[in-house]
This record gives sequence, structure tokens and C-alpha cells, in this order.
Amino acid sequence: MTFWSDPDGFLGNWLIHLLAGIGIPAGVAQAIGYALGAAILATGALLFVLFLIWLERKMIGRVQDRLGPNRLGPWGIFQSVADMLKIFTKEYITPTGADKVPYNLAPILTVAAVLMVWAVVPLAVTVYGVDLNVGLLFIIAVGSLGEMGILMAGWGSNNKYALLGAFRAAAQLLSYEVPMVLSLLIPVMLTGSLSMNKIVMQQDIWYVLYAPLAAFIFLITSIAEVGRAPFDLTEAESELVAGFNIEYSGLKFGMFFVADFLHSFTISLLVAVIFLGGWRGPGAETYPLLGFVYLVIKTSLVNSLIIIERASLPRFRIDQMMDFTWKVLTPVILILVALTALLEKTMVMVGLGAWLRTGIMFIVNIALLFIADTVVRGHLARRPRPDVRGKERPVARPENFFSQPGSGA
Amino acid sequence: MTTLQIIFLIIAAITLVSACLVVMTRKIMHAALWLVLSLMGVAMVYATLQSGFYAVVQILVYIGAISTLIIFAVMMTRNVMEDVGPQSNRGWGLAMVGSLILFAGFSTVLLTWDKVQTNLLEIPAINGENIQMLGLALVDPMGFLIPFEVASVLLLAALVAAIFLTSDIKRSRS
Repeated sequence: MTFWSDPDGFLGNWLIHLLAGIGIPAGVAQAIGYALGAAILATGALLFVLFLIWLERKMIGRVQDRLGPNRLGPWGIFQSVADMLKIFTKEYITPTGADKVPYNLAPILTVAAVLMVWAVVPLAVTVYGVDLNVGLLFIIAVGSLGEMGILMAGWGSNNKYALLGAFRAAAQLLSYEVPMVLSLLIPVMLTGSLSMNKIVMQQDIWYVLYAPLAAFIFLITSIAEVGRAPFDLTEAESELVAGFNIEYSGLKFGMFFVADFLHSFTISLLVAVIFLGGWRGPGAETYPLLGFVYLVIKTSLVNSLIIIERASLPRFRIDQMMDFTWKVLTPVILILVALTALLEKTMVMVGLGAWLRTGIMFIVNIALLFIADTVVRGHLARRPRPDVRGKERPVARPENFFSQPGSGA
Repeated sequence: MTTLQIIFLIIAAITLVSACLVVMTRKIMHAALWLVLSLMGVAMVYATLQSGFYAVVQILVYIGAISTLIIFAVMMTRNVMEDVGPQSNRGWGLAMVGSLILFAGFSTVLLTWDKVQTNLLEIPAINGENIQMLGLALVDPMGFLIPFEVASVLLLAALVAAIFLTSDIKRSRS
């Protein structure tokens, strides 16, 4: 066993031998090793966010014909480090009437929920936190803990805007969880297991070729779960000032900020692992580090897609957002799950090869996408556009009752 | 006392204390949050029994769905809903005596029953539990097919009723 063929096991053995040298039994050394591994993974992920923030600002800058951060270091790459150091020095402000314990617990819970996902993701052939046999369910369950964090932040802040943001978050996250879980059913059906490791192992042909529509819907619903544009109704600046995190300052706000960027990278990682074959690639099984590089490349591609999509799409209105998940995504993915189950079983019984099955399913997926698109477009064209304006109100005129001094408003 | 027993005692204490606080705290929002912690404790008990599936489903269903809905409903209410009156009524002594007698009765019955044992059973050393067996049992006519389907019909009825309640009947008639 060398470092190049099994880095995880090699480092584990090295640590156990090292600790045995100073008289620590193997069991305790193993526990220390696990704790150390978790700490390194979590810290590494959090530090990586610094780079992600810079990357996102730079890319969105280019999309909007700006330079983005460009002062500190080459290409402004140290800008996020300076921002991080600045945020450490900021004052913590707790609003009057805040519910102290939920208010302070919320940022921690939000970050922890994102980091917990990394525990079950296989990073290379032998490098993974734990191979849970219910890995996918674990990811969905942990996602709901983050939801709890947002609710606690919205409630604990004692602020109307924060509460509205939390309302929207609860409605959005609960609704988009339905098509997300259904789209994950397809890889689970094909693998016959919920374990992330087995899902990666099974992908001799990437699932994105077998079920491109499921991958697409998973990507959309994941973006909604993260609450990024065009689904950023939870922190819509033009409507809610800052949404659920309006009352947070200093490092507590920093936690929400970090959780946001880390979450977007984590969903890219999940798309890469579940639909793009994870660490698989030429030579990845003999050299795990090469597999890690493949995984990083795939994840970065998906992440760039998410960033560019954030820069290019306008925000949904709340009724459009709810219509989109319940009237479009959920029916489409339900049909797709039923079709995949029927066709896959039939094709296996007829005895078609793996590539042929993939080709047929690819065509079926694309056809379903076009049919759904045509139906929705036709429906929208027939339906009269609803008038969502309120009644006309004067804006900041001197004769306006509300702007007169002493009127009590 | 093994490590697992110590961990179990800690988890049990967390679960029971937070379960008591659910009914004892005055703010209804805090009660909902204590309920989350209590349900989390149950999930941790499942995890220590090496039953990852039940632990994850417990978190997914009870914390992810039900508690979120409870908290959502509480947040919809007009004010904090803080209770100010006394938390017990005149019958608390009788209630305490009744529940103690019931507890003593259950304990006696269980302790005198020879099937009950207090020594720990060895957990089978397979990696987690067999989810496939659970899945097959749910669709097996000899297993739990009928309860499973009846539960599905019940849920469907609840779903239809919820949609009926929320739909605007006046508008659809006109």
C-alpha cells in the first residue's frame, strides 16, 4: 500500500503508527484519525469558499462587462481574504427582542447542514468520509436541517423582513424538495442502491446520458434549494432588504454568506457525483488523486454553469416560482420516473446492450422535454396574462397623508 | 459501563428533557424547537442501534417535514402566543398519582414477564440493516402489503381533502 494507490488508508496507517509510538492504543488512534479527517475536510471546504467567492465575483463581473475584484494580489485573488479578516473585526449586534438561542444557533446550523453533506460524498476511489448505505436519503435529510436554520434565523431576528424571508424559504424549500427527490429516484433505480459509492461505481456510462432530463431537473431544484438566482426570493434585495439574514452582522452574517457559496459548490459536487460519474475517468482507479482531479474539474464545470446562470436570469415572482415546481417540474418528473421504470425493465427483458438502452432513454428524455415545453408554452399563450398591480398610490408627494409630519405614520 | 451505554444515557437524557420542555415551556415557538431536539434524540437512538435508515427517515419525515410545518404554522399566528396563566390546574395531584400508579403497574407487569431481559443483545455485524428486506416486506402479500396500501389510500384521501379545502369553490362555480 503506497500513498499513490490508497492515500486515505496510507495516511490512516501512518497516523496509527505515529500515535502507537507515543503509547496511544489503536482504537483511540483510529478515533483521532476520524476526527482529524473530518476537521481537515470541513476546514478545507470552508477555506475553499474564499476562492469560490472570488471566482463568482470575477465571473459575474465579466458577464456584466466589469473587471470584478482587481486590486489585491494577482487578478484580485486575495480580495476575499481581506474581506474575511475585515468581517472578523465587525461588531455583533443583537436586535432588541431577538429570541437569543435560535438567533445565535441559526448560522451554525446552516453551515453545519452544508458541511454534513460532504461526509457521504466519495471524493476518489478510496477516499470518502463514510459509505452510508442510505447516503442519498442522508443528503436530503441534512438539507432539511439547513431549512430549520433559515426558519430559526427568520423567527429569532424579531424583524418583519426576516420573517417574510423565512416564510418564502419554507414554502420554496418544501415545494422544490418534491421534484428533487423524484429526480434522484432515477439514479437510485438504475443503481439499486442509495449508497453514493455504489452510484459512482455503477456509472460506466454517466447517468446524465441515460437521464439528461432528470439531471437537468435535479440541477434546477438544487439551485432552488440553495436559494440562488433566479430562486433568490428568500433574500430578494428589492423586496425584503436582505431577507432572513437582515439582522445578522459580523461573523454571524459571514456564516450565512459562507454557507450560501459552499452550498452552491456542494450541489455542483452532488450533480457531478450522481450524474457525471463522480471521480471516474481514465486511470482514476489506480491513482485516486487523479480521480479527485477529475471530480474537481467536473464540479467546477457545473459550478461555472450555476454562476453564469445566476448572472443571466432575472428573479422569479413568488407565484411563478410555485407554479413552476407544482405545475411543470413535478408532473414532468413523475412521467419520467414511470417511463424510465417501464422502459428499463422492458429493455433489460428484451436483452438490449447498455449503450443502446442509454441511447433510447436519451431520445425519450429529450422528446419528453420538448413535449413538456410545447405544452407549457401553449398553455401560457392561451391564458390571459394576470394583472398583478395593486391600486395606484402616490409616491412621496407633499399632500400625501403618510409623509406629513405628525400624522403618526 | 461501556462507551455505548454512556452515549445512550446522554441521548436519552437529551430526548426526555427536551420532551418535557415541549409541554413546559411558555412560548409555543420554543415548544416547537424543543420538539425538534427531542425528535433528533430519537434519531440518534436509531443511529446508535446501527439503524441508519430509520435515523435518516426520522430526520427527513419528522424534522424535515412535520416540524417545519408546525413551525411554519406557528409563525403564521399573529403574536408570539406566550402563555401567562398558571401552567397546571387543580387536578395536578390526582393526575400525578394516576400516572405514577400507571407507571408502577406497567413496570411490574414488564419486570415479572419472563420474556423481558435487561442484558444487551448483540447487534448483527452486517453493515447497517438490510433495506432490501424492508422494501420486499412492504410489497409482499404475506408481509405488510395491505397495511402499506391502506396507509397510502388514507394519505391520498387526506391529500384530496387538503386540495378541496384550499381550492376557491366560489370562483370555480361562476
